[in-house]
Amino acid sequence: MRDLYDRLSALFPLGTFTEQRPDLAFISLEPAQLRSVLLHLRDREGFTHLVLLTAVDWLEDGQFQLTYLLANRARACDLGLRVRIDRDPASMDSIHDLWPTAATYQRELREMFGIDFPDSPRLQDDFILEGWQEIPPYRRDFDTLRYARETFNERPGRVSLDPATHMRDQPLTPSGR
Amino acid sequence: MTQIDMKPELQPRRVTGPDGIEFDVEPLRDYYCPELPKVEPPAYLRIVEDLFNWARAESLWILGFGTGCGAIEMRPLMTPRFDAYRYGIQWRATPRQANLFVISGYLSVKTLKRVIRSYEQMQNPKYVVGLGSCTINGGMYWDSYNTIKRLDDYLPVDVYIAGCMPRPESLLAGFEELKRLIRQGKCEGGNLYAENFDWYKANQKRVIHDWDMPDYNW
Repeated sequence: MRDLYDRLSALFPLGTFTEQRPDLAFISLEPAQLRSVLLHLRDREGFTHLVLLTAVDWLEDGQFQLTYLLANRARACDLGLRVRIDRDPASMDSIHDLWPTAATYQRELREMFGIDFPDSPRLQDDFILEGWQEIPPYRRDFDTLRYARETFNERPGRVSLDPATHMRDQPLTPSGR
Repeated sequence: MTQIDMKPELQPRRVTGPDGIEFDVEPLRDYYCPELPKVEPPAYLRIVEDLFNWARAESLWILGFGTGCGAIEMRPLMTPRFDAYRYGIQWRATPRQANLFVISGYLSVKTLKRVIRSYEQMQNPKYVVGLGSCTINGGMYWDSYNTIKRLDDYLPVDVYIAGCMPRPESLLAGFEELKRLIRQGKCEGGNLYAENFDWYKANQKRVIHDWDMPDYNW
């Protein structure tokens, strides 16, 4: 994977390179470079499959990190491109014309993280949530527990046990050991 | 309760037909029945009602609608290993042909809307079995933003089968328990739903924010 990074960095300004496994690596880069790198990887390097497009909320940095994971079937390796974008307002160029499946991922990211992808088809349609009225639920400043307590009634009598202490005090065999 | 906007296709409007004639369409009145459900009184004699209940207990038709991961536990029941058919329990494809709704596991708000539509389309007498911890108190989804915690807030439940997941044997035991309750005349879910209709509807509309269907789906 290192030789691929060397070839790419001769052509594009790239950020850091992280090799997770021999067949999995990540490259961070600027949002402006993303499209040309994706096109190059798809058409010249054989990364024809968009495995997933997902986001991480870096709340403290005020940024979202988008990960575009590509697969090269012939060489059986995956390459992830990491892009940092502003959190508010969160907006990124759509890549639905490179991979049509990206439109679905972008719909999901719009709904779950509130990231806008201008011109992506059916972006504003409901995807999983219907009639959601709060801030997008995967943003880290959304308080899931408070929302669940306020929205759904609890049945009294539910207890939560700490797995470590509970399993330690639990007799594992009939003899009690 | 806040007023929810119906989707455009359900709003009254004026349309032009293929022959150029304009006419008014009010989908909620034209396509659906606005009538609300009524309580069905028992038979005129107790012994007749008992006979009916005995017959109902031996004729359970499950709606083939899996809401969560628990639906996987119903597959072995349909096949020779556990074979629920020997207890007179069968699966049907549509709500019109079924009288038992097994809520199989976690229920997201999106699925709840489809469940309510399907439940209301089933004919009386109808029964609901909650399968797994998720339907009882939320189970492992107790802090989820999109999963209901108590099924009996939204639908009248006759029997809960605890477990995560309950094995097919537990389901068979649960169905036998349901039969016992039906024979005793204690499974009046459809009537309970009609009696407390406003309470159920208020609960349902509190979590389903895009209510875009009539109040009762006949």
